[in-house]
Amino acid sequence: MENLRGSPPEQLQSHPNGASRGRAMLTFMASDSEEEVCDERTSLMSAESPPPRCCEEARQGLEDRESAAQWFQNTCARHRRAHHGGVPWPSPSGFPQRSQDSEEDLDEDADRYMCSGVPGQPSGLEEELTLKYGAKHVIMLFVPVTLCMVVVVATIKSVRFYTEKNGQLPYGAGREQSLQPAISLSIYTPFTEDTPSVGQRLLNSVLNTLIMISVIVAMTIFLVVLYKYRCYKFIHGWLIMSSLMLLFLFTYIYLGEVLKTYNVAMDYPTLFLTVWNFGAVGMVCIHWKGPLVLQQAYLIMISALMALVFIKYLPEWSAWVILGAISVYDLVAVLCPKGPLRMLVETAQERNEPIFPALIYSSAMVWTVGMAKLDPSSQGALQLPYDPEMEEDSYDSFGEPSYPEVFEPPLPGYPGDELEEEEERGVKLGLGDFIFYSVLVGKAAATGSGDWNTTLACFVAILIGLCLTLLLLAVFKKALPALPISITFGLIFYFSTDNLVRPFMDTLASHQLYI
Amino acid sequence: MTAAVFFGCAFIAFGPALALYIFTIATEPLRVIFLIIGKASEGLKTINPDETAPSMRLLAYVSGLGFGIMSGVFAFVNTLSDSLGPGTVGIHGDSPQFFLNSAFMTLVIILLHVFWGIIFFDGCEKKKWSALLVVLLTHLLVSALTFISPHYGINLVSTYLIMVLMGIWAFFVAGGSCRSLKLCLLCQDKDFLLFNQRSR
Repeated sequence: MENLRGSPPEQLQSHPNGASRGRAMLTFMASDSEEEVCDERTSLMSAESPPPRCCEEARQGLEDRESAAQWFQNTCARHRRAHHGGVPWPSPSGFPQRSQDSEEDLDEDADRYMCSGVPGQPSGLEEELTLKYGAKHVIMLFVPVTLCMVVVVATIKSVRFYTEKNGQLPYGAGREQSLQPAISLSIYTPFTEDTPSVGQRLLNSVLNTLIMISVIVAMTIFLVVLYKYRCYKFIHGWLIMSSLMLLFLFTYIYLGEVLKTYNVAMDYPTLFLTVWNFGAVGMVCIHWKGPLVLQQAYLIMISALMALVFIKYLPEWSAWVILGAISVYDLVAVLCPKGPLRMLVETAQERNEPIFPALIYSSAMVWTVGMAKLDPSSQGALQLPYDPEMEEDSYDSFGEPSYPEVFEPPLPGYPGDELEEEEERGVKLGLGDFIFYSVLVGKAAATGSGDWNTTLACFVAILIGLCLTLLLLAVFKKALPALPISITFGLIFYFSTDNLVRPFMDTLASHQLYI
Repeated sequence: MTAAVFFGCAFIAFGPALALYIFTIATEPLRVIFLIIGKASEGLKTINPDETAPSMRLLAYVSGLGFGIMSGVFAFVNTLSDSLGPGTVGIHGDSPQFFLNSAFMTLVIILLHVFWGIIFFDGCEKKKWSALLVVLLTHLLVSALTFISPHYGINLVSTYLIMVLMGIWAFFVAGGSCRSLKLCLLCQDKDFLLFNQRSR
């Protein structure tokens, strides 16, 4: 097994099955349909980071499944060592040095919970550290998921466009625009829901779901096959076309609808400038390099845009059945040995490559301190094969300072025990997760007579599911699907709140009774 | 109704809860998880064997706050969103103070839940069944008081009185004392100041 050192070391990651978005994009280009764009599989994946001692261990540690406690112990040990000494050293590649002082601001948890400089730690402390670090990772995902949902709900509640069904458009001008995706989307949901009987409607939605899921499965397998046979150019081109479509066309439509809602006039040159800047910077941030916060913001925005498209163009009942079916598919695809997602993850790990950065949201806290004893060959392996999402953890909402860029390890033979290979990554979550979470919450906000209780209940349900999934991730330390638990809770909460709690709370609030 | 009504009522009802959240919970990710998951975090307690007592109180406070926020939000958020729409309050003879009253009631309910949570957890820990009974009865009392809804005066005043009593009780249950209160108010409590410094 190759040394995974260069690539993102073990970390709590969750990454989507790139298949969904990739294939979505290709089909999208072919048929101008927006449907497939959302076919993202998502999964949570965790991997441990290597022990810091030497590169040999690093190689093994990455491949072995260390216990989370040990990982955290190593991480904390590294923090301590870095915290307590070390001098800045020049890096051969000329990247800015990493001052050891910046590590002082490292997790205050490390400082608070570390009682001595002894490398060995009692197991209770380890587990507590595990808990603290795990909690931090969970919060690092709560914030973007919440933001995405907030954007979707705010848009749904204010812009009428996304809740109007096809054929009920009040503006003549918007008609051509919105009918095209509607027509092409109906290729994926051809069975209408305008049927006289409930049973017929249910049957139609199930059939629509079957079609959608088969498209998703086919596309996932296609993408995995492409990845296995190393057709990287094809995949990258596919992803680039898809991001182009999202960042330019959908943004244009979205901006148009928002301006219409608030009756703000914007001339075409300004519009062109705005959309061009937004899209170009987005492409650069997502596919190349950019500040981590900007990349995260763009990923959140495109997830929200995609979710809005889904909310608008999927028929009512079909959307709910599709949500349920996709969680089941996610479960199967990630956990079964022959599941396409699992194969994608394992192939990527074998090849020591990251999954396509355009498909994963990363709350990375990455920095690298060089390794003292490295042989040149391993140093070569330490080259990061891709430019990772920026290493600054400026996403940390607790005001911790951002860390300087990742840089290559120093020349071998540098004296000093403190300089060790350290990499700590945040958690990664696939964009498809964002999209489907937002679809669920957005649909709860769109239907149900403008009720906020339902929306909030679904929001809390999804966060609870995400928390539990991350807990399981820390326990099992392998790729996990992020959809099933959250979507199940979300669906349960939606239907029970909408049908049981809402009428009750409405009556209570109107009579000012408090329970 | 105007935006002033919306924002005013929103901040009356949720301001203190938001402040409590920002100053005591948002800085500590573990507490945020406790807030979201609530009772499910009981299991996490077993991982901290050396810090049982404080973490139990913390759990009580956080879960009380969580329940309070959820209860307040569920009771009030639809009313709030209606206050942004068109209409005249009390046009059919009802009280024109509908929103204000709802906002104050929501506030007191949230705070009461926090205090009830602390007292209840402590009662369970120390097996003081009387405490549990009192919490239950005061909860029923407060809810029953809302049945006299047009008479806001009695309703609000008595509920706030109950809240103050519960607050004092929770303060002593959580380990406070007159002395520590005095030290805190006079900014002489070194532990408190130092603790806050570190946790920032």
